[in-house]
Amino acid sequence: MAIEYLGLSEINGPLIALEGVQNASYEEIVEITVDGKKKELGRIIECYKDKAVIQVFGGTDSMSLRNTHTKLTGHPMEIALSPEILGRTFNGLGQPIDGLGEIVSDIHRNVNGQPLNPVMREYPRNYIRTGFSAIDGLTTLIRGQKLPIFSGNGLPHDQLAAQLVKQASLGEDSDEQFGIVFAAMGVKHDVADFFRRAFDESGAYEHVAMFMNLANDPVVERLITPKVALTAAEYLAFECNMHILVILTDMTSFAEAMREVSSSKGEIPSRKGYPGYLYSELAALYERAGIVQGVKGSVTQIPILTMPNDDITHPIPDLTGYITEGQIVLDRELHGQAVYPPVSVLPSLSRLMKDGIGEGYTRADHQDVANQLFSSYAKVGDARALASVIGEDELSPIDKKYLEFGKAFESRFVGQGPDENRTIEETLDIGWELLGMLPREELDRVDTKILDQYYKPAETD
Amino acid sequence: MNRTGVIYGINGPVIYLEGNTGFKMSEMVYVGKEKLVGEVIGLNRDMTTVQVFEETTGLKPGELVEATGDAISVELAPGILNNIFDGIERPLSEIAKTGGAYINRGTIVDSLDKSRLWDAHMTVKAGERVRGGTILCEVQETHAIVHKVMVPPDLEGTLIKVMPDGQYTICDTIAVLQLDDGSEKELTMTQKWPIRIPRPARKRYPATKPLVTGQRILDTLFPIAKGGTAAIPGGFGTGKTMTQHQIAKWSDADIIIYIGCGERGNEMTQVLEDFSELIDPKTGNPLMDRTVLIANTSNMPVAAREASIYTGVTLAEYYRDMGYDVAIMADSTSRWAEALRELSGRLEEMPAEEGFPAYLASRLSAFYERAGMMMNLNGTEGSVSIIGAVSPQGGDFSEPVTQNTKRFVRCFWGLDKSLAYARHYPAIHWLTSYSEYISDLAPWYKDHVAKDFMDCRNRLMVILNQESSLMEIVKLIGSDVLPDDQKLVLEISRVVRLGFLQQNAFHPEDTCVPMEKQMKMMETILYLYDRSKALITMGMPMSVLKAENIFEKVIAIKYDVPNNRLDMFDDYKKAIDDFYNRVLEKNA
Repeated sequence: MAIEYLGLSEINGPLIALEGVQNASYEEIVEITVDGKKKELGRIIECYKDKAVIQVFGGTDSMSLRNTHTKLTGHPMEIALSPEILGRTFNGLGQPIDGLGEIVSDIHRNVNGQPLNPVMREYPRNYIRTGFSAIDGLTTLIRGQKLPIFSGNGLPHDQLAAQLVKQASLGEDSDEQFGIVFAAMGVKHDVADFFRRAFDESGAYEHVAMFMNLANDPVVERLITPKVALTAAEYLAFECNMHILVILTDMTSFAEAMREVSSSKGEIPSRKGYPGYLYSELAALYERAGIVQGVKGSVTQIPILTMPNDDITHPIPDLTGYITEGQIVLDRELHGQAVYPPVSVLPSLSRLMKDGIGEGYTRADHQDVANQLFSSYAKVGDARALASVIGEDELSPIDKKYLEFGKAFESRFVGQGPDENRTIEETLDIGWELLGMLPREELDRVDTKILDQYYKPAETD
Repeated sequence: MNRTGVIYGINGPVIYLEGNTGFKMSEMVYVGKEKLVGEVIGLNRDMTTVQVFEETTGLKPGELVEATGDAISVELAPGILNNIFDGIERPLSEIAKTGGAYINRGTIVDSLDKSRLWDAHMTVKAGERVRGGTILCEVQETHAIVHKVMVPPDLEGTLIKVMPDGQYTICDTIAVLQLDDGSEKELTMTQKWPIRIPRPARKRYPATKPLVTGQRILDTLFPIAKGGTAAIPGGFGTGKTMTQHQIAKWSDADIIIYIGCGERGNEMTQVLEDFSELIDPKTGNPLMDRTVLIANTSNMPVAAREASIYTGVTLAEYYRDMGYDVAIMADSTSRWAEALRELSGRLEEMPAEEGFPAYLASRLSAFYERAGMMMNLNGTEGSVSIIGAVSPQGGDFSEPVTQNTKRFVRCFWGLDKSLAYARHYPAIHWLTSYSEYISDLAPWYKDHVAKDFMDCRNRLMVILNQESSLMEIVKLIGSDVLPDDQKLVLEISRVVRLGFLQQNAFHPEDTCVPMEKQMKMMETILYLYDRSKALITMGMPMSVLKAENIFEKVIAIKYDVPNNRLDMFDDYKKAIDDFYNRVLEKNA
């Protein structure tokens, strides 16, 4: 028995208020029929004794105070799941839009998810080879990690993500099942197309579940898209034992959508107009990456976000950085110098790297090489700053060496071809070759034994 | 009397009850059919406001809310150590047993194991007059720690019955106390204490002893006292968590309370794994034996995040009352402040700076003031030290949480982004950091480490400060044009930075360094400085000095000299003398 409520008491942006409701529960999903035809879904975001405030996913266009029928479904937002979702495309609410029919399954999951018990987590240790020197060598991606890409408008983060998916998933140990969950929030049609093509070309399409909320799709829908996608990812990983790579793009649109809804709710804004719960909301998404004890699968997240005005201290990248386990930062200047991928090495970081590399995982010298490259490259910055004041000619010989090292590092270590898939050995060897450009006493982060084994000074001509 | 209220409205973690319910402020309530735990945070004639410590999805207006009569409190009894709790003292391993991998709502589990038998050794006899804090019996809680069961602070009377030594659960009566009004009260090993009220102590001592952490930049340059407070602010990726892990692992506190407040789930898993494997160098037991973890990860409900800090500090005070030195790692207090902000926003309170509520400062001060070296009610001496990480927005120390924290802590370990980028760890910047305990602790260092410890420390600081002003010049004109004595300052400060301040947490010898070795290292570096300076004064150019590898050799001391071979420092002194003579001979 479902009661339908006729009409509304208020419409304000994406929010509607319904009075006289009985038995509504918080976060419950409602179905709204407009003019007897169009159906919309909504979610109760505030409820009082006889009044409910509902957020309408599809927007409130053409609704009036009297032309709607609202029905309570009695449960929070759920989606149907089966392994068949791979290879399919859905809208931002998890409804199929590829014309291949509904997902038929008994398994329904609440998209809000539940926090993973830290006691039941397994600490991630297995690295994923991405084929990028800048990532494998310096900010190694670990299975079960959440490692966002901080980018800016006009930077090649989409290419990077697509190539990463291609190289990481089709790499070695292919006996394990892998899959990709792709969630687009407010991205342009071109970008969505680009990803679809890239997955197609790499032959990964069969393994991808795509959740699309494009730039002209309803804003409120965007708030639920990542939750739907992550629910699918958790199902595939923890119930179907697959290794799932989740790409969330663009987190900035998600946060913008949250701000929009928060302001129409009349909430008190905190920083830059974003609601106070932005951190909790972002965390609720990002923390859904990980590995559970006793389960073979894993959820690895690569959220992509564009930093407004390239500002890393903007609340969105800032809060993201506090939750995720590192970040890969792209740099406009490197991009301008035609370095691809333009990974800005110094602010990039992978927190889980230290436990997933070295002997038994990659190579014994990995940590030392990485530390040394970071430290030497940091000195390049000082030398450049000095050169810009007193001119390159006046620099001391050692500073000049650093300048050379810096250039070579950017073009040969960071830079690589759009199809180049380097092994970890290649990456480390390039690293040693570059370190060879510096005199041995400058290498203060490397163990003496490792230095003896690998260090070869470059021949000077 | 069973007081109940009816839910009127729900907004995230905040719910409103209709009418005057007769609930008390800060009272713990059970909400709805699933009995979610909540706390009363506002009352007026028409409405009661409750914050709920669990997800409120699916809650309906009209459901009942039941009052418990107690304020939100924690259970204190043997079994706290070597455990991991959520923000309101529910053991996560028990929740995992009933709920699987996810934390379900409305899970009701006992805070502590009520069926486990503990070997209790009574320390009182019938007929004795006891007061709050008197130790009733001793229980070996873990290999490392003896738990002392005490009379709750608010009771006083005469024991009329004491059970013999033997095995008891934490619910069994171990003694009967006759209060002064003649009524009798059965005492068990358990007591309850509301988390928001500090446990009483007899008096507060001034800071006199340092909390030795084995981290050179902390112990030598910016020490924290036992019973002191410190803040570690830093942007993401600068190493706050790493620094806290290091202190939790190696500091000489008896008990560590590690509060993961709004942080990453994987991090808590890592602490749990690491601490179970690592052996405490002092006692030879696993580190978990002296550790309590409170995990309220960022995706767990926000109200419980707010409570987790108080839960942690209450547990700490309880062990302090037994006479232990307790250190709290709160990672991170900014998440706690944000939880305050989030709840304050939901309550539609007037925001102050950056949306934080105006009471942020008073809440912070109330929290940090619960630290201290105390004389307990039972006459023992114990301390609670609080080390709080701060995650400033955008890495900008001028934001409200950092600024307000700075007002109430006496130790400030500022993490620096550029140091972290160059992978200089710990990335604590020597110019922005400070410790107000230096003068309080000077006598201790003089008696326990070396007479001239403070002089050496100050000389080190002078060198580092000189470097920073010289670097201003170098940035403009390069280092080549500096006179040789200034070049020497740059070189020596390089030795200080790389050889002393930088410390490798993953190196077995370097991860924790005893005070004696820190002193010897400092002496060696300063000796090198003195000798080199003598050479420079005689007109030797810096390039000649640098041709020798003595600087590199001194930098490598941290790896080359094992912590138990301090005699090797004599060789270094000799090497420096040789270097001096050699240079003198060659260039005389």
